[in-house]
Amino acid sequence: MSAVMSAPSVRHVAIAGNPNCGKSTIFNALTGLRQKVGNYPGVTVERKEGRFYGSHGEPMNLLDLPGSYSLQVRAPDEAVSRDVLLGREPGTPQPDAVVVVVDASNLERNLYLVAQILDLHLPTVVALNMVDMAERVGIRIDVPALAEELGVPVIPVVATQGRGLVELKQTLSRQSLALPAKRPPMPEAIEAEVRALAEQLPVDNAVAFPEALLLLTLHDQTLDDLAEHNAEIVQATLAAQERLRAAGLDPLSALVEARYEWINQVCERTVHKPDAGPGLSVSDRMDHFLTHRVWGWVVFLGAMTLMFLSIFTLAQIPMGWIDSGVHALGGWLAGQLPESQLRDLIVDGAIPGVGGVLMFLPQIMILYFFLGLLEDSGYMARAAFLMDRVMSSVGLHGKSFIPLLSSFACAIPGIMAARTVENRQDRIATILIAPLMSCSARIPVYTLMIAVLLPTTSALAKAGMMLGLYLLGIVMAFVLAWIFKKTLLKSETSMLLLELPPYRKPSLRSVALCMKERASLFATRAGTVILALSVLLWALATYPKPANPDATRGEAIAQSFAGQMGRALEPAIRPLGYDWKIGIGLISSFAAREVFVGTMAIVYNVEGDMKEGTTSLRDTMRAERRADGAPMFTPLVCVGLMVFYVLAMQCISTLAVVRRETNSWSWPLFMVALYTVLAWVGSFVVFQGGHILGFQ
Amino acid sequence: MSCSASALPENSVSLVALAARQIARITGFDLPPDRRARLLEMGLTTGAQIQLIRFAPLGDPVEIEVRGYRLSLRKREAAGIRVACI
Repeated sequence: MSAVMSAPSVRHVAIAGNPNCGKSTIFNALTGLRQKVGNYPGVTVERKEGRFYGSHGEPMNLLDLPGSYSLQVRAPDEAVSRDVLLGREPGTPQPDAVVVVVDASNLERNLYLVAQILDLHLPTVVALNMVDMAERVGIRIDVPALAEELGVPVIPVVATQGRGLVELKQTLSRQSLALPAKRPPMPEAIEAEVRALAEQLPVDNAVAFPEALLLLTLHDQTLDDLAEHNAEIVQATLAAQERLRAAGLDPLSALVEARYEWINQVCERTVHKPDAGPGLSVSDRMDHFLTHRVWGWVVFLGAMTLMFLSIFTLAQIPMGWIDSGVHALGGWLAGQLPESQLRDLIVDGAIPGVGGVLMFLPQIMILYFFLGLLEDSGYMARAAFLMDRVMSSVGLHGKSFIPLLSSFACAIPGIMAARTVENRQDRIATILIAPLMSCSARIPVYTLMIAVLLPTTSALAKAGMMLGLYLLGIVMAFVLAWIFKKTLLKSETSMLLLELPPYRKPSLRSVALCMKERASLFATRAGTVILALSVLLWALATYPKPANPDATRGEAIAQSFAGQMGRALEPAIRPLGYDWKIGIGLISSFAAREVFVGTMAIVYNVEGDMKEGTTSLRDTMRAERRADGAPMFTPLVCVGLMVFYVLAMQCISTLAVVRRETNSWSWPLFMVALYTVLAWVGSFVVFQGGHILGFQ
Repeated sequence: MSCSASALPENSVSLVALAARQIARITGFDLPPDRRARLLEMGLTTGAQIQLIRFAPLGDPVEIEVRGYRLSLRKREAAGIRVACI
């Protein structure tokens, strides 16, 4: 993990805050485009860091901690913020200062995290964000009094307009950053136990107290996980907890209530709230409509339709540019480079392979434009609110809805979005079913097979067929989720804690940054994994070279390694009505599903541009005969093949992401096995069952 | 707003028994400790004022207002929050 820089003089600042407090906006406003996104080692928590310059031009490093309501650790992934703040996250220096962002219009709950961070006893600055929103609803905050009460500097900020950022930087640039002047009070009995426990900890004095405090409030389950590491300390902690409980004090509850008691006092002295009037806020009136039992669904379905229409139609134009750009580049290079194996590798392997995947960049960017807009405006939380009941029928969560939605464009951003699902079992279930949402890479395959099946019918019938394939994937996903949650991923129904923030005008800057970030992650993958795979596939389809130099491309591929693999695969796929040529297509689809179309064009030796070639490829495939003269692509084979593509797990990039997100090889391997069996059985049922019922 | 139960904690009712827009005060929880702890940290402490805003179109989850912000919970947990009307 190479930090942005590591000169000893550089000040490290961590930025923490609740979800929806505007922390990312402040982070983006401070660091601009000087950001780096990565992962913490071993866990699936995203690590975002950037550089900004203090008031004397000195560089500072800003680390964005995951947004959370509490530092209480409930799962291993959640330990990251705590470990960073305590200076024991490998590869991340302990921050010299912490900026806690709080939402001025929602001060009470936001101060809870502040109280926890003050207990860590690090130099702290509170950024009081969205003061304009608070003022608009009549909330007045006495900032100097708040700073006095908290014992740390408080800087009023309006991050969306850049207000207060200069003051924030000035405060962080001070020669020496003061430690908090106060600590939130806690019950005496707890404080005594914390001090006693702190003395037993084998750590530096400065972190012993906060460490002991966090230990004492840990839940039994989490303590059990720790027991392997240090049984003695776990014993001491359990004994202390037992003593407190015997005295009628549940450590965590007592501490939380003491903190909120303190927060009440702080707010009473510093916040002036208007008397609640009878009128409803604008946000409330919007919610009345947007979560209405009829209009709520109309708007929801309308928003989803608009999003998908844009992904599938608007994106066509830039996709066409990329396609022709890639072709032009390939053609130009073919003319420039001397004839050689290297030229073939570049022109026939690398460029079409990477280009075929880069084609989807516009769709991904449009998807993130909409997701960013929905998230930033506050609507996404309402979508989860509406959908939670539907998702809970199969044991999932309203929050799983967003990852599944993203998976219709591409499973990779979908699987990454599953990070917002807190419960590990639910998150894995969401990841497992995400690839069943028909991604945009299946569209070319569906389009080709529908064209072969129904060459002359109306566009409406074709659209109906397409919709049917999408529905098949969705239904299978729900059935599997239900089974997973009953068996492999059995867990108590997880808890939903979904904040419904007030609606606000989305910031186009945030949306644009989010699009840029996702686009570059996607492009990086195309330039690495996909590039390597394309070269491998090209080699498989090229070598060994045919003895006869005049052999057509179709003949050449027939005796290549890919052809041999197709033949080896044939016995396994013959019951589905497929031959070895389709087998080659299936194998090549592992790089990316849409490669199927290009491979079929090569196998059936259809020359010409892939787009214009679709018509001729369709006719060639319709004319293809088996050895006995019967047509190859009967309706049952076509439908079976489409079902196969709905269900099969044929995307190596997805598997790589699943491996990273679950931190194990077992889940991706399980997915390959399960979905291959499922696709085979689905296709078998269509082909053999159809025959029994008398279809062709 | 009128309230059917008296203000005495012994007569407290479950949060989901409230009508939309009704305001009450939290008196206790019938929930496992880990779930109760998470609600506590979100500001649902004993004595805090809580308002039931609405149920989702399909009946679950429920939206509440507490400490000046809106939170959505499933009925399962909301049913374990005991409140007394004000």
